[in-house]
Amino acid sequence: MKGNKKYDYYILLEKITPLIAVVCALLVGAIVIILIGENPVFVYKTLFSYAIGNRDGWGNVLFRATPLIFTGLAVAFAFRCGLFNIGGEGQMYIGAFFAAWVGFTFTNLPAFILIPLCILAAAAGGALWAAVPGILKAKIGVHEVIITIMMNWIAASLSFYLALVYKAPATEAMIAAGVKQMIPHTKEIAQAARLPRLYTILNSINIDFPAHNQVNVSFFIAIGVAILAYYILWKTNLGYEIRAVGYNPLAAEYGGISVAKNIVLAMVISGAFAGLVGTNEVMGYKYRWRQEIFTGLGFNGIAVALLGKNHPLGVVLAAILFGILNYGGAIVNIYTKGRIPRELIMVLQAVIVIFVVISDEVVKRLIRRRRKMV
Amino acid sequence: MSEFALEMKNITKRFPLVLANDKVDFSVYKGEIHALVGENGAGKSTLMSILYGLYQADSGEIFINGEKVNIANPNVAINLKIGMVHQHFMLVQPLTVTENIILGMEPKKNNVFIDMENATKKVEELSESMGFKIDSKAKIENISVGIQQRVEIIKVLYRGAEILVMDEPTAVLTPQEVEELFEILKLLKRQGKNIIFITHKLNEVKALSDRVTVMRRGKVVGVKDTKDTNQEEIASMMVGRKVIFEIEKKPFNLGKTALKVEKLKALNNKGLPAVKNISFKIREGEILGFAGVEGNGQTELVEVITGLRPASSGKIFLYDKDITNYSPRNIREDKIAHIPEDRRRRGIISNYTVAENLILGSHYRSPFNKGLALNFTAINNHANNLIKDFDIRPSDKDNFLKSLSGGNQQKVIVARELYGEPKLLIAAQPTRGLDVGSIEFVHQQILNERDKGKAILLISADLEEILSLSDRIAVIYEGEIVDVLDPKKTDEKEIGLLMTGSTTNKKLSKVK
Repeated sequence: MKGNKKYDYYILLEKITPLIAVVCALLVGAIVIILIGENPVFVYKTLFSYAIGNRDGWGNVLFRATPLIFTGLAVAFAFRCGLFNIGGEGQMYIGAFFAAWVGFTFTNLPAFILIPLCILAAAAGGALWAAVPGILKAKIGVHEVIITIMMNWIAASLSFYLALVYKAPATEAMIAAGVKQMIPHTKEIAQAARLPRLYTILNSINIDFPAHNQVNVSFFIAIGVAILAYYILWKTNLGYEIRAVGYNPLAAEYGGISVAKNIVLAMVISGAFAGLVGTNEVMGYKYRWRQEIFTGLGFNGIAVALLGKNHPLGVVLAAILFGILNYGGAIVNIYTKGRIPRELIMVLQAVIVIFVVISDEVVKRLIRRRRKMV
Repeated sequence: MSEFALEMKNITKRFPLVLANDKVDFSVYKGEIHALVGENGAGKSTLMSILYGLYQADSGEIFINGEKVNIANPNVAINLKIGMVHQHFMLVQPLTVTENIILGMEPKKNNVFIDMENATKKVEELSESMGFKIDSKAKIENISVGIQQRVEIIKVLYRGAEILVMDEPTAVLTPQEVEELFEILKLLKRQGKNIIFITHKLNEVKALSDRVTVMRRGKVVGVKDTKDTNQEEIASMMVGRKVIFEIEKKPFNLGKTALKVEKLKALNNKGLPAVKNISFKIREGEILGFAGVEGNGQTELVEVITGLRPASSGKIFLYDKDITNYSPRNIREDKIAHIPEDRRRRGIISNYTVAENLILGSHYRSPFNKGLALNFTAINNHANNLIKDFDIRPSDKDNFLKSLSGGNQQKVIVARELYGEPKLLIAAQPTRGLDVGSIEFVHQQILNERDKGKAILLISADLEEILSLSDRIAVIYEGEIVDVLDPKKTDEKEIGLLMTGSTTNKKLSKVK
């Protein structure tokens, strides 16, 4: 098998299909930009130089990447067990609400207890929400896609209702103006439940970083969770079983591995990852639960996992790329006075996903044709 | 006119990883049955795929009746009157026999409608010319495998084939059906057809063919007149060394009863009874062989014993312990090893490496699992040892199992299952699809276990295998044991009749 250069070349190609997809997508984006009547070189240059050409840009990119790392890992982890968890959205709502509830309820606790408690609550909420489809799949074989979709709707409505139950008291200004809350949001979480913004840490060690930048400690939690996911999947007995069930449930069963148990566990862990979005959005950004700050993050996780080839490292890189596009896109929009709409970024993301699927399949076929022996 | 119906000269076909055909010369005289033999991966299928236009040769020439041809695709092959009967039938299950045969070449009425009358007539004529009757209106899903094969043969004759390629046609047939197939092929030969017969089974070469071409590693290593050669010579040409055919079996040394199955019943996936009141015992140092046509409850029986399928009633004892409806993990811990019949679906995880596959089933135990994490030092050592002991090739523990040949995949399974001194070995179709060398190896391993005093349950559709390995033979038909035989006092014919249910004194016998 070794020493065949052409074959090695195809194997390498298989690994970098996402890269090919991104390049193709940028080319398609360039065509769209030309059709709009702008200069693609100028647009991309602006996009990338603002997003990653300076510290403030990087901070914004990582802040946007953080929740996508969590939801991307959630999809990737379940996928390794052969499950398509598209309930990241709902798991994220519930997990984040749990974190907020702990944060505004146990206001007397000190930070070193309250912060871990909130993080655990976020994970537990997501895990609980994902356990339902997991158990239904394992016990009676209901397809997880159907249940997770339904659970998304239940989570959206339930958390919205709970936000009304725990809604923030009207401010003096609102009372004076005689208006009510337009979009329901909960009370603020305690100071002790808040994750430090990165600028406080960087400034304390004399690194210049703007104080308005929202990137916070949650990013490191996300990186930690990515490492944890890798460790569980490839270094532990549990990961061995989960991947065995994902690759070949019949052989797993034959090898004494409980398929049902591992399906539930994989869903629970996946849901916990999605729930941890709450650490960024609630504990590090808005300090309260508010539905609009989450919308779509769960679904974008599917694209991130796909682009990252369901590998934790790939997920982190894909999330950062989406962060760059999101932030850079917003900047370009302002810079071109709205002539390049932010929707261009959505188009780019969608085209990337399409190209990942296509280039994956094309390369796979090439390899299959090459590998075909006797 | 040329004396050859087909000549392939100097055919070379290179795939990126392998030279599949290396200057192959292959020829078929007019009106002969020519056997093409070789181990898996020897290049037989590639050569035939080139003949049928599925692949293009890198170099070389093909002559049909002395005329040079260029076969760019299967349609060209069909026009040149080349027909292929695949090992896995290419039939549409819900359609009738006639509909399948005319598929793609339908006779038309007024250029629009299918002329069914004419088609039926032609199909019936063809089947009569071959000496059998076939119900042209029967649906494929309702006819037996043997008859389906005849439909395949009529299908290629309908397309006017003069050169028939039969790809391992006997693999799916019972002994009686094989005999009938041979009669049909001999009749076709008398009618002047040319037949290329791909096979693994050397007794078939001897029984049927006029000449034989042997391939090894992409090359032709010999072309012989069948009457001038013998099985030993062909086998050693195929493998490249001497092959021991006669399995040497030591007299058996019976110990305690290891497995006792009492009045076992179980359902199949459709919820119908598949195992109906089966009782038997296996003692230490004994191989009990189960002979039977596939789908008569063997699969379900093994699954029940190994915990993969619940028993609806009855008991299973390992020594004195009742293990009925234990989980697969508990049964493994009680040291029952299982070589599953469907290697790729049950036995291996093809996206796992050799090392990972070798710990399947014991992955959660010491030394492979310590505390929270897997112990890769132990896993790798284990893999390297077994790769050496069982000569698994290629010998890299980090290869994915899907990149291994069938024989080496099976070696991985055998190595894993025999590790840890099982008390009972269940081997289901242990040599299916393997080449001569690997079959010899697996048989030797099974016999070693027997001589070490292990109890062995062998299930096989290959009667030769059952006869040569078993100490007792149970014949299973429709979920029941119809008879238990002594391999020294029976033959393929008797077993063949019993396993198709054609016995007058059908009895529910208890195994002593």
